[in-house]
Amino acid sequence: MISALKRRALWVGLGLFFVMVLPFIFTGYKTSIATEILIFAILAMSIDILAGHSGRTPLCHGAIFGVATYVVLYYVTVTGGSVWVGSLLGILAAVLTAVVFALLAIRTSGVYFILLTLALGMIVWGLCLRWTSVTGGENGLRGTVRPEWLANQVHLYYFVAVCFVVLTYAMWRFVNSPFGQTLKGIRESESRMRTLGYDVSIHLFLGFTVSGLFAGIAGALYAFFNSFVSPSTVALAQSVEGLLMAIVGGAGSLLGAIIGSALVIILENAVSLYTERWLMVLGFMFIITMLFAPQGIVGAVKSLMTRYGRKPAQKSSQ
Amino acid sequence: MSMTFFQMLNGATFAALLFVVASGFTLIFGLMRIVNLAHGALYLMGGYIGYSVGIATGNFFLSAVAAALGIALIGLIIDIGLLRFIKTTELRQVLLTLGVAFVLNDIALVIWGGDAFSVPVPQSLQGPSNFAGLVYPKYRLFVLLMGVLIFIGLWLLLHKTRLGALIRAGVDDAETVEAMGVDIKRIFVYTFMLGSALAGLGGAMGGAFLTLYPTADSEILVYSMAVVIIGGRGSLKGAALGSLLVGMLATFGQVWFPELAYFVIFGPMAILLAFKPLGLFGRAA
Amino acid sequence: MDRRRFVKSLSAAATVASVSSLARTASAQSGGNIRIGLLAPLTGVLAAGGKELVEGFELFWKQNGTTVAGRRIEIIIEDDASNPDTALQKARRLVEQRDAHFLVGNILANTGLAVAEYVKSNGVPYFISVVAADDLTQRKRIPNVVRVAGYTASQMPRPLAEFAYKRGARKIITISQDYTFGHEQCGGFAQTFSEMGGSIVQQFWHPINTADFSPYLAQIQSSGVDGVFVMETGADANRMLQQYSNFGLKGKIPIYGAMNLTDQSVIRTLGPECGGIFSSAHFCEGSDNAQTRKFVSDYEKAYSKLPSLYGFSQYACAMWINEAMKQISGKVEDRAALLKAVNGITLENSPLGRPVKMDRYGNPIYDVFIRETRVRADGKFWNMPVEVFPQVSQFGKYDPETYMKQPSYSRTFQGIKK
Repeated sequence: MISALKRRALWVGLGLFFVMVLPFIFTGYKTSIATEILIFAILAMSIDILAGHSGRTPLCHGAIFGVATYVVLYYVTVTGGSVWVGSLLGILAAVLTAVVFALLAIRTSGVYFILLTLALGMIVWGLCLRWTSVTGGENGLRGTVRPEWLANQVHLYYFVAVCFVVLTYAMWRFVNSPFGQTLKGIRESESRMRTLGYDVSIHLFLGFTVSGLFAGIAGALYAFFNSFVSPSTVALAQSVEGLLMAIVGGAGSLLGAIIGSALVIILENAVSLYTERWLMVLGFMFIITMLFAPQGIVGAVKSLMTRYGRKPAQKSSQ
Repeated sequence: MSMTFFQMLNGATFAALLFVVASGFTLIFGLMRIVNLAHGALYLMGGYIGYSVGIATGNFFLSAVAAALGIALIGLIIDIGLLRFIKTTELRQVLLTLGVAFVLNDIALVIWGGDAFSVPVPQSLQGPSNFAGLVYPKYRLFVLLMGVLIFIGLWLLLHKTRLGALIRAGVDDAETVEAMGVDIKRIFVYTFMLGSALAGLGGAMGGAFLTLYPTADSEILVYSMAVVIIGGRGSLKGAALGSLLVGMLATFGQVWFPELAYFVIFGPMAILLAFKPLGLFGRAA
Repeated sequence: MDRRRFVKSLSAAATVASVSSLARTASAQSGGNIRIGLLAPLTGVLAAGGKELVEGFELFWKQNGTTVAGRRIEIIIEDDASNPDTALQKARRLVEQRDAHFLVGNILANTGLAVAEYVKSNGVPYFISVVAADDLTQRKRIPNVVRVAGYTASQMPRPLAEFAYKRGARKIITISQDYTFGHEQCGGFAQTFSEMGGSIVQQFWHPINTADFSPYLAQIQSSGVDGVFVMETGADANRMLQQYSNFGLKGKIPIYGAMNLTDQSVIRTLGPECGGIFSSAHFCEGSDNAQTRKFVSDYEKAYSKLPSLYGFSQYACAMWINEAMKQISGKVEDRAALLKAVNGITLENSPLGRPVKMDRYGNPIYDVFIRETRVRADGKFWNMPVEVFPQVSQFGKYDPETYMKQPSYSRTFQGIKK
């Protein structure tokens, strides 16, 4: 009987292996799909920090994500600067955006939080659309962003994969840290945490900011991937899709966010080969998930496992 | 005849349409705590139904009635077919309605295509009216009138009928109402149907001067949400005041600050929400 | 880690890899098909236009047959959702996954620009018949992007400005959607009109999808101008025409419209409010030219509606490409030859009823009609020709090199002569 810890290490090892050999299995165009999946998995995980772990559902992370992309594109194509400095600036911009959003949104919860973050995201979108002199308006910004050594698809994939592994680990450490546990406690019952003496507002504020940091990094990576940004990158649809990935995969689980990202992007590519009705498919996916599997795929699998007798992994006390 | 007065009329007539749509949204949000993100899609579908009926029968009244009833039916299906099964958090209901919005939007695209349509309007309401030196479209004045009439109608419903009293009580405290032996589920269904009917009616009315096209649903939804957030959950007064505010901001913002587009509406809304999270007339859940 | 498991998964991976690479070689060799990637907005705000793009394109191949030089034509359609990010994604997919030999289509300028930037880096030919962003064939010319049966935004309004001036208009207001396509059309109009001696009194720019034009119409009403140049597309065009009429401006202040304003995609759902409006375009569905008549009636039979600019342009594009491919015996893999052929053809049998050829910069030269919207026997409205301005190029009456020294048209530069 392998211990739970060893079993988990096995799965992680397999996962890492799969990520590393992926470009050999899925060659050519499919490699760039895989790169896209990894980038959006980071976005979905960042949303999950709030939606899954803290019990606050944001509809603004597309904006935070896209702000980083815009800054990178602008810095590289308009100012002519280095893509690395641009990325740092982009991430900084995303964090600042998250801070502003957090300051305004922390006072609300539940559906008001959703609506307020939606509104804030729309303000950013409107700004990107109308501030034509800086953002290029509805034409967006485009140009060569990747340095020479990342021009190749496969090289870019590995670069993103390494970032992905590092960031996933960082987020995993974050949500399992005492701070992360406090966030989970807030999700379960805010009033209880308050009576226990926790400063709920500060925790949520910092949680939001950290979430924004990871969303920003994903956005900067997206600039590498896409070499193009337009208002649709910061639009509500982006936030909605990111949220869907987190929830379909399983809110409250980082693995769920990764699965959700893969599922949505693969489905998008597969479905649009056969029909134009991608929007309808997406809609049904939302409906079916909410009706039958509100815990997402990860949650559904877990409950299936307990139902069919297989002992779930012992909960370790970390 | 000052330009400002003219623009104020523009803002007021747009506000009237917003009120019709947003009042439905706020009733559903107020009573059932559901943010019905399919509300915009219901508006658009109502408009398309109104259009088709209008083209077939040439009767505007029939278009409006068909739109309202048709969408009330769709609302019924959504409520008992889907929302009934979500017993967990409101979040799930919100995301479910978002899925419904996508599906409805795409179905509309398949049935009616992407051309922009206008609900046909009777001769008597077409063209400009001329009074006191003011040349102003007759139809928009009609919309303004309808907005006021619907406000009065809804107010009477909410304050002078038993159903209305139960709805208002439910907005304040649904649990107690249920504990008192009232079948709150039925009230929910009626409210959802009423709210949907208002969206559909709004679609038929709006479809006559703002046209119907694939992204109209998300646009009106965004405005409705702004109205309800500013006005407060479940408050008719709030919806009226919120609509007026948003209508004026949208109109004057377009004239004075076209650069800022949505910011003119969402900026104040975000700040209001941050400091008065329940809106102007909202009550705590 | 369990060694047995490791080996198993490694061999599984290897098998999958070899199978998939086998599959790829097989499809490349089954070759022979000419794969055309057609990008169109099938959802989103321009869904109606996108559908017509596809219809127009397909109509040509239906009539002509789908074989060129012994090779079968395979059209792969992708939806760009009226949005540049999606357009870019689909373009990548068409080229990298579906091995398209060249790309055609798109409507919105921002989607076209995104795809153009992409093909700039890999040399795939991209033929646009509706995307009209001026600079793609002017200051920021990309050699493998050609406006097959297309036009630049500022090309068509110039003759209209001349026409307006000749009719006696001296003070004009322009109102337009606030994006590049709008800026460039207004610029084309404003520059010519002001250089002739007219004055552009004011310019209104509004966001796309403005529901409510009343703020602008109020100001136009009190302005005392003798003409309005209106540049609207899609639902904005419908609303503008209706609201213009409802505000009592119709019949009082004439509209000189961009060709999109009175395009079939707009006026086919409208009534008298769209009548009597002047516009300028190369295509005029009410023209009594034999070839135009035939095309219009074929289109009406096939799709139960009159062809719009989108349907016509993509049809003509298909015709043009067909000629080019025949000329190079279907060897579309030779991109240089394909581009040379496309640039060098004179299209004789287009529905325009006049021969059309490219200028040196990848944009066609047209005889431009001044059109007026009139009602026909069955109650539907269409555009009928009033006057013709022959051989109008994208540079109008200006010398290309000198013209390209002036900045691109934008909100801030409209070429207005003081």
